[in-house]
Amino acid sequence: MFKIVSKRNLGVNVNEYVIDAPAVARNARPGQFVILRVEEKGERVPFTICDANRIMGTVTILVQTVGATTWKLAALKEGDYIPTFVGPLGNPTELSHYNGVLLIAGGIGSAVIYPQAKVLYGIGKPADVILGARTKDLVMYKRELSAYAKKLYVMTDDGSDGEQGFVTQKLKELLEGGARYEMVMAVGPLGMMKAVCEVTKQYNIPTTVSMNSVMVDGTGMCGGCRLTVGGKTRYACVDGPEFDGHLVDFDEAMARASFYKNIEKDHLCKLREAGNEN
Amino acid sequence: MKINRGERLSPIEQDPQVRRGNFYEVNKGFTPEMAIEEAERCLNCKDPKCVKGCPVNVNIPTFVRQIADGEFAEAAKTIKATNNLPAICGRVCPQEEQCEKQCVRAKAGGAVAIGALERFAADYALQKGEPQEPPKPRNGMRVAVVGSGPAGLTCAADCAKEGFEVTIFEAFHKAGGVLVYGIPEFRLPKSLVQAEIDKLKELGVTIVLDTVIGRTFTLEELCREYDAVFLGTGAGLPMFLNIKGENLSGVYTANEYLTRVNLMQAYLKDAATPVITGEKVVVVGGGNVAMDAARTALRMGAGKVTVVYRRSMEELPARKEEVENAIEEGIEMMLLTNPVEILGDKKVEGIKCNKMQLGQPDERGRATPIPVEGSEFVINCDQVIIAIGTSPNPLLAKSAKNLKTSPKGTIIINENGETSIENVYAGGDAVIGAATVILAMGAGKKAAASIVKKLRGKHGS
Ligand SMILES: Cc1cc2nc3c(=O)[nH]c(=O)nc-3n(C[C@H](O)[C@H](O)[C@H](O)COP(=O)(O)OP(=O)(O)OC[C@H]3O[C@@H](n4cnc5c(N)ncnc54)[C@H](O)[C@@H]3O)c2cc1C
Ligand SMILES: Cc1cc2nc3c(=O)[nH]c(=O)nc-3n(C[C@H](O)[C@H](O)[C@H](O)COP(=O)(O)OP(=O)(O)OC[C@H]3O[C@@H](n4cnc5c(N)ncnc54)[C@H](O)[C@@H]3O)c2cc1C
Ligand code: SF4
Ligand code: SF4
Ligand code: FES
Repeated sequence: MFKIVSKRNLGVNVNEYVIDAPAVARNARPGQFVILRVEEKGERVPFTICDANRIMGTVTILVQTVGATTWKLAALKEGDYIPTFVGPLGNPTELSHYNGVLLIAGGIGSAVIYPQAKVLYGIGKPADVILGARTKDLVMYKRELSAYAKKLYVMTDDGSDGEQGFVTQKLKELLEGGARYEMVMAVGPLGMMKAVCEVTKQYNIPTTVSMNSVMVDGTGMCGGCRLTVGGKTRYACVDGPEFDGHLVDFDEAMARASFYKNIEKDHLCKLREAGNEN
Repeated sequence: MKINRGERLSPIEQDPQVRRGNFYEVNKGFTPEMAIEEAERCLNCKDPKCVKGCPVNVNIPTFVRQIADGEFAEAAKTIKATNNLPAICGRVCPQEEQCEKQCVRAKAGGAVAIGALERFAADYALQKGEPQEPPKPRNGMRVAVVGSGPAGLTCAADCAKEGFEVTIFEAFHKAGGVLVYGIPEFRLPKSLVQAEIDKLKELGVTIVLDTVIGRTFTLEELCREYDAVFLGTGAGLPMFLNIKGENLSGVYTANEYLTRVNLMQAYLKDAATPVITGEKVVVVGGGNVAMDAARTALRMGAGKVTVVYRRSMEELPARKEEVENAIEEGIEMMLLTNPVEILGDKKVEGIKCNKMQLGQPDERGRATPIPVEGSEFVINCDQVIIAIGTSPNPLLAKSAKNLKTSPKGTIIINENGETSIENVYAGGDAVIGAATVILAMGAGKKAAASIVKKLRGKHGS
């Protein structure tokens, strides 16, 4: 059993959890993730390791409430326990050899770019950061990231924070303004990552994306997380989760991501109804 | 000694029309009377061929005789001298290829139903709850076992009995390997696997779940902490056909489909983990895994299930009982058929296949299927489940550079079961590729014996 050491609300539908998991914390590196279950009969769902504290033996995750599992997780409190918290899974991503990195996050993608920003700052090569969200309340980890970013830009669809517009607009503006990046890392909804890759391709800038495929085991056993990268089938859990964005078949990934949409909606509706009755 | 000259008895089975709608065990086994009658068919051969057919050389004539004499608990003890998991092997061994294949009565009314008798004795002992022998006093040495499938469970039990302090590390949240995530409830009730795991705990074995070796801990770390390590990581990596359309929504690997249904219990109405079962399901493959996927899909509510296999019934590798059961349940077997493309825009809409004919035997002696020219046709379906085999998962080997593996990804061991790293042993599917429960169990047993021998020598006790 894994204890929730602390829980903090970061705005609408997003919580930060610090979990007591010394074995996971010990070997965790940026880019890796965990799989957790909220209850004995629960589904196995993946979350990026946002931060790990080896001394305290804790792992931090940022979770957006979207469906049944995340909803049940949000109902737990500090001091509660969850039955499964396995990791670190996936491959770590090394950006430290690049000079000039731009990190782009949409919504909850901040969880993935935060550890990278921290590492790059630590070696004296702080990255530029673009955060994007629909509205002000959905801009995640702005304060945390501003401590480690060289420059931080915020873009919202409605202009309620930073500038109004999409992250790709800021990206183009920076590139047209002569900014030079050796590497762009983009993390967020599939549509956003696809759009970023279309821009960076024109400028020939290597781009890393983080693929949040539907997963079961996270060890390469089920094949459920597979996607096509450069014409080859790859597993997000063991070959990724980060891939060369210019090679990813985003359209296929989008089709696969929506496979369980109707069932999941149904699960959540049932939970909400049950919740209202109490 | 009474000899029954009659025909082989069949165990009681659930009616096909009923069982295709439930997950309860299909085969209900023998009643005591039936078991005795069947056991009396054994000739108690002087040179029992059946024993040679069994990979772990169960003393078949003796245990069968004990059943005939009504000494059921004694029979179970006889089996357990060489087979740690008889309730499981009695149910899932490919007997018709092993012990029963060699039985001299094969031509006289049918081979003695050794598997069903083994299962009968084991179930009897389980129900009676015979206490197991306490382990030898702790010898101060520690063994780590990676993976909790039949190979790992057996190695752990044998080492614990000898006084070693044993810890099993399992990636999943439940122990049992393929026995819990792959083989469905209607063929192998999970309570049986749990009973085996409870026995291990009684022996003092610690089971650490949710731990991936190669990620959470490295093999190197285990080697530092433990006197010996056993790798029983199985062959979980699914193979694909490498044809167009395999990544469409609606294409599952059998591993994913069965894991969702079995381990994650998607067959229960209130399950958190979703699984989608189509109206028309095509399962590709001809092994036990394909039969399990097909019969599971039927039970999950598919309207029509078709198994597509590229060779003929003769080469079909699944257990005979499963194939017969599948056909009785209404599953269509489309033989000499090979998929060439999965059709659909975003979701599966059909599968294009070729008719095949059998050509020259390959290096394993199996006829090579060759496509019949111009025979292409389409099966309409909304789901495809790929069950064409698995190979060892490279995750652990990749993270342990000095662990030697073959080009196929299997871990290389010497005659003692030891790998290229000293005091690291391996066995089961991880070493020989996807095979059987009994072979995995045998490998776990052998490695345990080597570990005991070597470490005892080292400590001079
Ligand atoms: C490697 C990896 C890292 C991730 N990191 C984070 C993270 O740090 N924070 C976070 O909040 N989420 C993260 N996710 C996504 C997270 O796993 C899903 O949001 C979660 O599984 C939803 O579970 P649920 O039961 O609450 O929702 P469900 O009921 O399963 O789904 C609700 C809705 O979300 C969609 N959905 C389901 N799974 C995913 C998915 N994997 N990606 C995108 N949409 C999905 C469904 O189609 C559905 O519309 C990550 C996913 C992966 C694969
Ligand atoms: C659907 C299906 C039906 C089958 N039917 C039959 C049958 O009827 N008869 C028969 O004899 N055989 C059958 N088999 C084959 C049989 O189940 C296997 O040969 C046998 O289980 C292999 O045992 P094992 O101990 O080597 O590995 P497995 O049973 O595969 O167990 C390996 C375990 O190791 C764990 N693991 C892997 N990597 C790691 C890691 N890095 N860290 C921690 N844990 C790890 C896995 O999660 C798993 O639990 C079937 C297989 C399947 C899939
Ligand atoms: S272990 Fe398997 S092969 Fe051996 S006797 Fe029992 S059923 Fe037959
Ligand atoms: S070969 Fe058949 S008849 Fe002979 S001992 Fe074995 S089971 Fe009995
Ligand atoms: S999650 Fe199962 S193979 Fe990646």
